[in-house]
This record gives sequence, structure tokens and C-alpha cells, in this order.
Amino acid sequence: MTVAHSAALRADLVVIAAIVPAGARVLDVGCGDGALLTALRDTKGVDGRGIELSSSNVAAAVARGLSVVQGDADTDLGDYPSDAFDMVILSDALQAMRAPDMVLAELLRIGRTALISFPNFGHWRVRLSLLLGGRMPMTATLPVPWYATPNIHLCTIADFRMLAAAQGLTVERAIFLAGDDAVGGGSANWRADRAIFLLRR
Amino acid sequence: MSADDQRFGFDRHIHLPGRFELVSGAALDGIEIGYETSGKLNAERTNAVLICHALTMNQHVSGPDPRTGKPGWWPKLVGPGLPIDPARHFIVCANVLGGCSGTTGPTSIDPATGTPYAMTFPVITIRDMVHAQAALLDFLEISQLLAVVGGSIGGMQALDWAVAYPDRTRAVVAVATAARQSAQNIAFHEVGRQAIMADPAWVAGSYETSPTAGLAVARMAAHITYLSQEGLTAKFGRRLQDRDRVSFGFDADFQVESYLRHQGLTFVERFDANSYLYITRATDYFDLAAPHDGRLADAFTQTKTRFALISFTSDWLYPTAEARRVVRALNAAGAAVSFVEIESPHGHDAFLLDAPEMNRVVDGFLRAGE
Repeated sequence: MTVAHSAALRADLVVIAAIVPAGARVLDVGCGDGALLTALRDTKGVDGRGIELSSSNVAAAVARGLSVVQGDADTDLGDYPSDAFDMVILSDALQAMRAPDMVLAELLRIGRTALISFPNFGHWRVRLSLLLGGRMPMTATLPVPWYATPNIHLCTIADFRMLAAAQGLTVERAIFLAGDDAVGGGSANWRADRAIFLLRR
Repeated sequence: MSADDQRFGFDRHIHLPGRFELVSGAALDGIEIGYETSGKLNAERTNAVLICHALTMNQHVSGPDPRTGKPGWWPKLVGPGLPIDPARHFIVCANVLGGCSGTTGPTSIDPATGTPYAMTFPVITIRDMVHAQAALLDFLEISQLLAVVGGSIGGMQALDWAVAYPDRTRAVVAVATAARQSAQNIAFHEVGRQAIMADPAWVAGSYETSPTAGLAVARMAAHITYLSQEGLTAKFGRRLQDRDRVSFGFDADFQVESYLRHQGLTFVERFDANSYLYITRATDYFDLAAPHDGRLADAFTQTKTRFALISFTSDWLYPTAEARRVVRALNAAGAAVSFVEIESPHGHDAFLLDAPEMNRVVDGFLRAGE
């Protein structure tokens, strides 16, 4: 599970980059400065597009030669036709959406498959922080205090599985990370700090 | 390309003989085109960038305007070390059809009568402007463009290039523009035209001396649309012009009045009133979705052209919503499209001013295609 440039990529993006099939048509929702799309283009010949909220990130991504549109996943996914992409990626952003359930449905309308990574709010540090400290947790994957965090819709791995099931989606693969290390499925909901799901309709 | 090829350089003119068909069904008996080139066409002829100018600009995008002595009109984007760079690109810019800076327009002599066309000049469209540019490129033996770049109605031409000549257009940079002229913009154009036509000196277009009063008012009204409330407030506020108190009269008491009057007065020295009527009309008629029952995406079906669209937050003449409409259509057509909305207080004029983020986007976008 390594790709070129992986040194520059976050752990979940390395996993995502390894899963995306070569030559696929991919939309990266919330693509940041385009690091993942660049890696996918350069190592896998992926035909990638991006949506990104911040104009300076868009400028950085376009400067890398990527096709990236400034937009908001909460409102602008409707601009894309159905089945436009082989795979739609939403990395570390589901929890910041105003309506994660609607976004999830949109991802799998636009793409035949979706790769979604999110921080696991069921991680033991999160649980412990609430249980013992009585405070909103701040961890490596959730480093911002409650009043300033963009993460307004946090969920656990179990929560996400329930949402996917409720929308009739099939989990093709699920990968769980504790830092850079993979964690088995059985204990993932308390041991993993990040989850990556490959879903299809 | 030979260094002394007379077709290349600043301030060139060419006469293209033969019948030039117009969208309206009318035709012109030969056209003149005033244009300039800079940079060097590479051996493969693959580095040509066509720049399309806005309503009242001209072909002098890089070189000095011989009439005013002013330097090129897009100095923030075009020039050595800038995103459109004569060291890398062969840069072509032509005065639009209907213009008054060397290309055939209402001031030109009608070969059939030996007198200026004036209002007998046929109504032209953005597509006609694009066809004229294509005829120039044929003459320059450039079969494909690395990019077509334009702002405002130059951006309309750039978008239209991808529709009219998809195989000749590898990339489009469309800044502060739209795929159609809005009702509000048509309305402002109509105010300008009526101001010109209400000037007794216009004499139904057959003036010998310019109807400067009407043309100046047209420019003043239009100029407001190029700015923003925020920009005007910051620049002028309610400050008075060379006085401590209001005059209780109709002098230019306020700085903003004085500024607008100055804009009007300088404009009439460099622009023809009839040209203004024809070019604004061409813009009003522009709607890329019209031939497709309003489905803009259908205008771009199967396009291989790459697109970059840029809008500015305070531009209310061609607001972000219009750019987004184009982006949506391009997404629906599966096109490779980039879009960014840049923060600026300067209104529509922002595209001509220093905008580092725009430069970063245009530079990266163009390099990706080189």
C-alpha cells in the first residue's frame, strides 16, 4: 500500500490511493491542494477532478495542472450528472458536512463507487476523554476545540455502517487505521482513529 | 517562422478579401483586421495564445497603443515573466469585428458606396467576431490554439471559440464573464445606446463629428457597472471635489462625479459611438444555450477543450453565479473544468488589476497544457 509521493500524503490518503483503480475517472470532493489527485494522476493515470471550498487551495491545485472547481459539497454536488465517475472520494470531510446523509447519497449517485474516510469518534481516546475528563475530546485526528471545529457531524464506525445500510449501500471494503497501522475489523470501533470505506450502490 | 515575417509584430493590419458571411445572413465584402502579435511561434506552431479583448479595448494587449501611447491593456497577466509570456507563447490579439481600432466596423468605408458604413453596417454577433479571428489565424497559418483567453466580452468570445471551433481550441481561460448576457446587462447597454442616439450630434449615425455628449454618458453609466459599491465607497466616499462645501448647484461637487465625467471625456477621444452601439448589441445577442433550447451543456457536448473559469466576489456585472452556470454545464458535458472565485473589492474591473491568485491559476492551467 504505497504510492509515489506517499510521504506527502496523510495515512488515509495512502490507503485511498492504493485502492483507486488505474485509469479510473475520479472526483475528489474536498480535494484540498490536490495532493491526492496529483499522486493518482502521476502514478495511476487517473482522470481526476476535484471540488474544493477554499479558493487558495483551488489555485494551488490548478497550478498543479489539475481540473478543480471551487465549490461546496453540501450544495454543489447536484451540479454533476449521475454516473459521471467511476469513483468519488470524500476524505476526512464527511463529518464537516451540514447534511452527511444527503452528501453520501449524492456521492453514490455521481459515482458508481465511493471511497470515504473519516475520523472514528468511537476511538478509545475519545471515549476516555468524555468518560474520565468529561470534556469534548481533542485527539490527533480531531485536534480543534469544540467551539472552533468544522467537524459538526462526527460519527463512529458503527454509526457509519448503519447509515450506509439505511441507504442500501454495499460495503465493498473497510480499512481501519490506528495512526499508520491497520487495525482488525472486530475491534476497530474502539481501536481505530480513522476508517476508510469503499461503498457501491 | 522567419524573424522578418511581416505578418508578425505590433500594430499589424490585414485585408482579407472575399465574402465574409455573418450570422444574421448579411455579408461583408472583405474585412480588415487590426491585430498584434508578440513572442515567437514555435516550429510545431503549438504555442499560440489568442487573447480576446473586452468591449472598449483593442488589439494592443502587449504593445503600446499607437493612438494613445499607453502601454498594453493587460499588463498584470501578459508580459515577460507573467502567465502569458512572450518568451513561451506566441500571443495574438485582434480588434473585434465592429470595432474602431483597425478592424472593419461602422467607421469603415463600405466598398459598395465609397462612404462609411455608419448605421448601414450589418448587426454583428460574438460568433462573427470569432469567425473573423479564425480568418486571421488562417492567414497566420495557425491551425490550433494552445489557449484562448479573455475577460468580460472577451471571455464570451473565448467560450464561443470552444463551441465554434472545438478542434482548434485546446484550452479556454474565461475571466469575469458568462455564457449569456443577462437582462440587467442588456438593460445597461440599452441605457448607453439610448444616450448616444438621443444626442442630436448622432444624426442617425451619420455624424462627421462624434456625438460626444451621448457617448460620454453611455460610458459613465457603463463605468459604474465595472466598479462596486464597496470600491466606490473606498475610493470616493462622499468626498467633495476641490471644495469645502456643496455648491447648491450642478457642478461636479462630489469626487465620484468628477471621476465619472473624466472617464466619459477621455473615452470619447478614443472610441466611436456607432462602434459602441454595434459591439454592445453583439454582446446582448450572446447566449450559448439558445441554439440548444436553453440547455447550455449541449453546447459543449463531447468537448475535448480544457476550461478555466474565474470570477470575482464583487463583480455584479458578470457575477459568480453566471460563471458557476458555465461550470455546471461543463461538468454535465464531462469537460475538464477548473473554476475559482477570487476575493476582490474592485468589481468587474478586478480582472484587469493585480490579482496574484488569478495569475497563479492561469499560469498553472496553461502550463498543464504545454
